[in-house]
Amino acid sequence: MIANFGFGVLFITFLVTLYSVFAAIYGDRKQIPAMVESARRAMLLTWPLLTLTAGVLIYLLVNNHYEVQFVYEVTSRSMPTYLKVTAWWGGQAGSLLFWSWLMSAFASLVTLRKWDRDREFLPWVIVVACVTMAFFIGMNVFFENPFAQLYQTTAGIEPHTFHPANSILFTPEDGRGLNPLLRHPGMIIHPPMLYLGFVSFVIPFAFAFAALITGRTDDRWIRLTRRWALWAWLFLSFGLVLGSRWAYDVLGWGGFWGWDPVEIAAFMPWLTGTAFLHSVMIQEKRGMLKHWNMLLIILTYDLVIFGTFLTRSGVLSSVHAFAQSAIGPLFFGFIGFTLITSVALIIYRWNSLKSETEMTSMLSREALFLLNNLLFMSILVVCFWGVIFPLISELFTGQKVTVGPPFYERATAPLFAALLLLMGIAPLSAWGHSTVQTLGRAIWKPTLGAVAITALLFVTYTQKIGALIGFFLIALVILVTIYEYLRGAYARQRSQGENIFTALWTLTGRNRRRYGGYIIHLSMVLMAIGIIGIESFQVETQGRIGVGESLKLSNYTVTYKELASWDDQPKGVNFTRAVVDVSRNGVYLGQLHPRRDYYYDSQQAMTIPGERATLRDDLYVLLIDWEPASTTGATFKIFVNPLVNWLWLGSFIFLAGIIIAAWPEKEMERVAVPARRTIQQTSAAD
Amino acid sequence: MKAFYKSPLSRITDRKLLFAILFALSLGFIANSIASAQGPTPTDDDVNRIAKQLYCPVCESTPLDVCPTEACRQWRDLIRTMLTQGKSEAEIKQYFVEQYGARVLAEPPNRLVAYLVPAVAILLGALLLFRGFQMWMKPSLTESSAVDSEREAKPSQDPYVARLEEELKKRK
Amino acid sequence: MTESSVAAPRRGVPIWVQIIIWVFLVGLLAIVALGLKRAQQGTVQPGQVIKNFTLPLYSGYDLGGKSEIQLQDLRGKVVVINFWASWCKPCEQEAAEMQQAWTEYEPTGKVVFLGVDYVDTEPQARVYLKKFGINYTNGPDLATRISQYFRIKGVPETYFVDQDGVLQYVQIGPFTSIDQIRAQIDPLLK
Repeated sequence: MIANFGFGVLFITFLVTLYSVFAAIYGDRKQIPAMVESARRAMLLTWPLLTLTAGVLIYLLVNNHYEVQFVYEVTSRSMPTYLKVTAWWGGQAGSLLFWSWLMSAFASLVTLRKWDRDREFLPWVIVVACVTMAFFIGMNVFFENPFAQLYQTTAGIEPHTFHPANSILFTPEDGRGLNPLLRHPGMIIHPPMLYLGFVSFVIPFAFAFAALITGRTDDRWIRLTRRWALWAWLFLSFGLVLGSRWAYDVLGWGGFWGWDPVEIAAFMPWLTGTAFLHSVMIQEKRGMLKHWNMLLIILTYDLVIFGTFLTRSGVLSSVHAFAQSAIGPLFFGFIGFTLITSVALIIYRWNSLKSETEMTSMLSREALFLLNNLLFMSILVVCFWGVIFPLISELFTGQKVTVGPPFYERATAPLFAALLLLMGIAPLSAWGHSTVQTLGRAIWKPTLGAVAITALLFVTYTQKIGALIGFFLIALVILVTIYEYLRGAYARQRSQGENIFTALWTLTGRNRRRYGGYIIHLSMVLMAIGIIGIESFQVETQGRIGVGESLKLSNYTVTYKELASWDDQPKGVNFTRAVVDVSRNGVYLGQLHPRRDYYYDSQQAMTIPGERATLRDDLYVLLIDWEPASTTGATFKIFVNPLVNWLWLGSFIFLAGIIIAAWPEKEMERVAVPARRTIQQTSAAD
Repeated sequence: MKAFYKSPLSRITDRKLLFAILFALSLGFIANSIASAQGPTPTDDDVNRIAKQLYCPVCESTPLDVCPTEACRQWRDLIRTMLTQGKSEAEIKQYFVEQYGARVLAEPPNRLVAYLVPAVAILLGALLLFRGFQMWMKPSLTESSAVDSEREAKPSQDPYVARLEEELKKRK
Repeated sequence: MTESSVAAPRRGVPIWVQIIIWVFLVGLLAIVALGLKRAQQGTVQPGQVIKNFTLPLYSGYDLGGKSEIQLQDLRGKVVVINFWASWCKPCEQEAAEMQQAWTEYEPTGKVVFLGVDYVDTEPQARVYLKKFGINYTNGPDLATRISQYFRIKGVPETYFVDQDGVLQYVQIGPFTSIDQIRAQIDPLLK
């Protein structure tokens, strides 16, 4: 009953979004503002409707309604209530609904603002938002109904939306339960974070689309969505970081990124999104790179849709599983449709996207940003090719192949290195005219410093060429950033008479975008330190030892002390936990508790490592195997991951940097508004 | 200090003992070398070093050294057995490819196509960009002359000015 | 991206560039569509003539000393092709029934049972075969060529091919009783 009600509301929402699309198009073509306003109101209606739908689903999830197929698949009696709520996005149908809910929230937020200057954008923003919503809700309504119930028919137990003839409702005793890999805090926040990022990127795309259709291809659409793009990028970046942390903590592979097609599918929109964020600055400042910005946001949108379906929040959902389901062709159709429409539009409006100024030097800031775009696109090409190559190989040669980490690492390493170099040079380049001399004069001091640091590392830490090049570039970027900060602060100090700390503070406050950006760059290179550490210097060992025996790795000694195994009935888990002593160079450091959790309902096990984290390295101990009857011998796998915690540290600083960069600059806005009013009074048309 | 003194009998016993020890040691060496010809039992690390480069033939996108399933454990045991038989890393990988197909490798066997296409695409992109640069930079050199010729060629829109210009031309 | 020059503002995107863009886009979509279609395809369906394949054989399960067998050599007999693996738990449910069916049909000389070992290791396979007393022809599916041809979705799966080489029935999952096996073979023998 309740489930049917939920489905009914969902279906109504679907109709409302369709109405909104047609009303907006009709109102725009026939120049009827009332129709457009009706479309806007209809779109505003979707959020309360979807909230109601979601509320019904959560009610069903929390109250053990196992006759509902989705509830059966993702919950079980042994799960705590908060996990039952988060199971909303723990399966395909629910996560599609979650996506639609977020989309309607953001679209409503955008259309709540005043639209005085940009009335012609409104209908098309509504169209894009509602077409996307209609697609996702349509998926739910027609193919992946979260409210489908299980019926006992003559053919067996089947899910149906409506009660079929000659069948009775079937209520299982208990649910299958959420995949144990998803019951980790990181995995609870990671899908919503990723979806927040995905969905927020739809808004800039909607405005870009509106700009293309209306012909208003100046930077207005960029200014309107600048903050959206930044928040979208924040969420997406954090979603990726959280996913990596989860993989590191829970998968037990000793790493955080496996170049799995699912991971790459979420990484690709991040690449184009980052390029977009940088590139729009050029359009705002110099009116250039307009084609690039359109192209980048279109790519981001399509990659977001692609990524959504490949990364359904079921875990390790393979490309094959998605392709075999019914929604594969539909999603393909939608992407094809949006891609073709967008490309046709951008070709149609090609001329109106002409640059307002010219590029005069290949070392100017504009040119370096162009190079930035090229590098990000190149990494995207590598990733996309890697994902699609197995498909092409199978189609044309019949041979199944795997494209794994060696390919991606080898192909993208030089590109990432080039990006690091660019991060060091670009802040020192000037707008317009810039030569090797001017750039050289600015950069020779940080370069010298970086060389010195690298030489020091060569002597004390490592002789690996690849790592040293990476460290050199990282040192360069850090020194350039500090240099830029100090230069600005000294200038303030001289002109305003502030002391250095106040100068730094007000400098950042007055120019949040730039200096927040520098902090973000800093955080990125800190993350790069972590990545280089684990990629270049990771060591591992595995061995079977008895109680009291030890394994040695890289100055660490891990001694097996004891092992215990017990059942936790309410949680439905069997825990097997080992206790190991850890010492380094003979100094006792403490104990670690690697364990194996076996979940009875889903018959899956999780290997949880014991970790000891320092900035120097991470000691990572896994319990692989143990003698069942007696506890005399156990197999452990140990990783030492140098520098990896710089990655997580960097992500915190990244958060700080984004908050600074995105913080609204109130004083500027207050000045701008009166000026706008006077202009409106003097000219009728705008 | 008592001098270390041995009786003649004990000297002979010493020599026999020495021979016995030497004999036992040589036996030990021979036995060890027989065992070494087969190879010492490979450690887990030796197995993992190879398993890391392979993918589980059945599971999706899971490297063979971390895959927890029973089947994967059997494959790792297979690698251990092959190592004990003295097979090299390349031979073991080749065996896996023959048995389970090319997808068990972490990289496509036909590496040329895999690396070539993105390299070509990126170079093409860079080339396009460079040419775009040159086209931007060129007009700035010829622009001034083009503008002058335009000014001369295009007749003025305003009819009065046009007539004036015509009159001026006639006077010239 | 090539910008149109200042002197010719009306050029837009040249035709040849547009053609390249559209060809590339359509090509990409076509490839993905083909891939999707292939993924959506089920196993090989009844009615199809099964292409010849070569199955190398485990020694001891080799039809009297052969090292491999070709499907076309078995024309004129009913061929029961069973995909299995030693690590496959559901396969064990039907192993005894399969062997029993084999002992029933072997004397007729009109039926051949082929066990195709999918992605397995020989020692473990032998343990499995010995455990269930299986003695019909068995061999590994090298490089998964045969299972790729049949587009199997998992193990166990059994394919019944008649005397003319036409696929007659596909069994996904284990048999629950020997009657099911007889029900597929007997009509073909008539």
